[in-house]
Amino acid sequence: MFSTHGILVIGGGIAGQAVCEAVRTRDTDVPVTLVCGEDHLPYDRVRLGDLLADDGTVDALRLRPDGWYEDAGVTVLTGSRVASLDPDTGTATLESGTVLHYDRVVLCTGSDALVPPLEGSDLDGVEVFRDPADCAAILGAARSARHAAVIGGGLLGLEAAHALAKLGTATTLIHLVDRLMERQLDAPAAKLLTPAIAGLGVDVRLEHATKAVLAGDDGKAAGLAFADGTSLDCDLVVVAVGIRPHVGLARETGLTVERGIVVDDRLVTSHPHVLAVGECAQHRGVVHGIVAPIHDQAQVAADTLLGRAAAYEGSIPTAKLKVMGVDLVTAGAAEGEREVVVADAAAGTYRKLVTSPEGVVLGAVLLGDARGAELLMDAVRVGRVTEDPLALLAEASQATAAELPDTAQVCNCNGVCKGAIVEAIRDGGLGSTQEVVNVTRAGAGCGSCKPVVTELLQIERAGAAEEPAYLCPCRKLTREAVGDLVRERDIVSVSELAGACGAGRDCGACKPGLSYLIEERQAAKFRQERHAKYINDRVHANIQNDGTFSVIPRIRGGVVTADELRRFADVADKYELPMIKITGGQRIDLLGVRKEQLPAVWEDLGMPSGYAYAKAVRTVKTCVGTQFCRFGLGDAITVGIDLEGAMEGLHTPHKVKAAVTGCPRNCAEAYVKDIGLVAIENGWEVYVGGAAGASVRKGDLLTTVETAEEAKRVALAYLQHYREHGEHLERTYHYMERVGLEAVQAVVLDPEQQTGLLERYAIAKAACDPDPWRERYAPVHPNQFSELDSDPEGLDLVALAAAGMEVAR
Amino acid sequence: MSVWTRIAGPADVPYLEGRSVVVAGRRIAAFRLPDGWAATDAACPHEGGPLGDGIVADSCVTCPLHQRRFDLRTGRQIGGDDVVAVHEIEERDGGLWVRLAAPAALENAA
Repeated sequence: MFSTHGILVIGGGIAGQAVCEAVRTRDTDVPVTLVCGEDHLPYDRVRLGDLLADDGTVDALRLRPDGWYEDAGVTVLTGSRVASLDPDTGTATLESGTVLHYDRVVLCTGSDALVPPLEGSDLDGVEVFRDPADCAAILGAARSARHAAVIGGGLLGLEAAHALAKLGTATTLIHLVDRLMERQLDAPAAKLLTPAIAGLGVDVRLEHATKAVLAGDDGKAAGLAFADGTSLDCDLVVVAVGIRPHVGLARETGLTVERGIVVDDRLVTSHPHVLAVGECAQHRGVVHGIVAPIHDQAQVAADTLLGRAAAYEGSIPTAKLKVMGVDLVTAGAAEGEREVVVADAAAGTYRKLVTSPEGVVLGAVLLGDARGAELLMDAVRVGRVTEDPLALLAEASQATAAELPDTAQVCNCNGVCKGAIVEAIRDGGLGSTQEVVNVTRAGAGCGSCKPVVTELLQIERAGAAEEPAYLCPCRKLTREAVGDLVRERDIVSVSELAGACGAGRDCGACKPGLSYLIEERQAAKFRQERHAKYINDRVHANIQNDGTFSVIPRIRGGVVTADELRRFADVADKYELPMIKITGGQRIDLLGVRKEQLPAVWEDLGMPSGYAYAKAVRTVKTCVGTQFCRFGLGDAITVGIDLEGAMEGLHTPHKVKAAVTGCPRNCAEAYVKDIGLVAIENGWEVYVGGAAGASVRKGDLLTTVETAEEAKRVALAYLQHYREHGEHLERTYHYMERVGLEAVQAVVLDPEQQTGLLERYAIAKAACDPDPWRERYAPVHPNQFSELDSDPEGLDLVALAAAGMEVAR
Repeated sequence: MSVWTRIAGPADVPYLEGRSVVVAGRRIAAFRLPDGWAATDAACPHEGGPLGDGIVADSCVTCPLHQRRFDLRTGRQIGGDDVVAVHEIEERDGGLWVRLAAPAALENAA
């Protein structure tokens, strides 16, 4: 059917790109030309919020790299606009005067932001949120703005408001009707969403009809006036109320245009040689403003272009709010004849399934807990029939990627189903999430499906693939994601974090990791909760296989006094302890202590906690060094005791064992410690990432310095670097292999960054508890050290409290 | 057939923690949850670890010895086949009351 002119695609957005790709998967020869109005190659408008939120560049949002177009044989004309179109003669004239020839033309002209006819909407300081230029303008204005107002409480408005609040700008969201996202949500879900958005730091005002943008003395926007007579002071106004299909060219060409360019089920307009796809097209009366239908339409359009029979029968609307900590997924109808709801108002979760009376799944709303979203979206898409909608909801919340049908669409942005991903992993032998994203495009859009892609990869490769390091695996939250949330919302406790994103609520196994993360980020502001800690950290002793505990006091550098040794002996006799053991870390362990005995044992020992039960700095082993040894080159004992004092009390991602040894004979085993200092002629070597446990690894030589004082500074800076970047339960030897010695050196040895690390170390050190065993004087709960039918032994609490007062003074 | 026994006052168990007590010769653990209470046998069916010392989440406890997880409503191990006996527990009249599971129910559960 084609002469040699081929296909002309007008519009370099997601739709134009999708049409080019759909054509190329069917036919590699037909000439394809893509005309882009903007100066950029096609980019992903769905992720525009990233430009605001992360201050990124348009290049980061590129749908395909430069080379793709040449490889695919697609001619791209950027910065070119079509001035006129004559489908009868098969020509298009560019604004530059150039004439292009084609057999078929596809209009993918997209849409503009809809700006309601408001007085003052043309003032300086009023922006729309539609393309990268808008983002740049909003970012520029947000930096100096005192108060920003976002008009529009739909998906785009919510994302814009979140991005502005994240930048630290005071932000008010204005919405016309009485609930947010009224097109996608039912009233109860919308009611829960409002406080969740408010929790992001956005002031939400519903039922506010904006009447005018008010001008200030400088002629720029200074406020909004509402229909009810009230007003709001704001110097930045972002309008995000909807889209207006770009139909000018179609209208001038004489095509039938209503709200959008009218197309039939083959995506053909009123002229048989002209098709329209995407937000500019109106199909069966509907203009789709979201991305998933574009891909459905592009597939059908490509078939039509190549003379194959195909029909587009509409798309089920789906929406995902891409705001961290506010999980929201909707598909299909939000209301219907038969509805089942599982809601927890206190936790802010709401899960609803809408079916026909016969049980055909018509819609789903998941808020606050989006587990099983892919399964439910697929159920809506295929019209799955269920006899028990409640059971389907419950099944979805437990579903893993393994249970998804092959037809389930995993990536809604790029329309990629599970079957295609699994096939790509098997056929291509793919081993990392990024490879799968690159090959299949799943996850290359908004990125919200990447956890599912990773899960599929793990199922297929059965452990041969990368392990994603989720801090909270139940909610698929990484350490970075949780850390961002802690910073953004200034979260100070595990309970607050659970309320914000659900982390730690399901199985609780990650609570100690969450607790560590918040403590590390917030230092003195951290509010500790005992339920988020292992029993070891609740009673400050290490639980043993029979439920008793071991007690190891602080013995810095492995140096102990005769008086202390006598007390060990007396305590072991008095409490009839079954064993006294010298540990590998040059300390003394009292074993078989019952929980109820702990406070009294600590009191009788009269020594501080050795933190031998915690993910924390444990001990610094030493040799006798220059104090006694004939070969000693450095004073290992003094340096070791000093280093242990500087590190003790600090929690770490996993335990940290250190050593200081007086010469390279290495009697203190410093080469195989997390941190090891080795005295050499005229200096000290600092080793990190060594291990002699389940793994045996000689540490990496971080640096060689001249003085013990410098060695200590480097060691502390390294400790802080690990505290800030280590994954929970990642020992330094894994950390070094993951991060790499050079990357660590670049930070820890850089004078400026080292100063920053040491400052943050000092803040953490000041906030830490040097001796949690003092809780014997003031337990956090009357039953901290006892069961319901036992009491702490041999301890006069009144007398101890009095002693505690003395100690405190 | 089994009787209700008062084991403690509600304030005796800290929030989202567990504590153990012997009832009719059997050591059980009581857990304080965000929305109420749960009670199980105190010993983990695996190697007898003290479940009352475990980490408690909304409806789940993790044994402190080898990290086996149990649903506190059903007693079923998550990701495994073990079952720990679940007992009835109520807060009333300013006290915590427990009624042990009937032995027959235990066998069914196991």
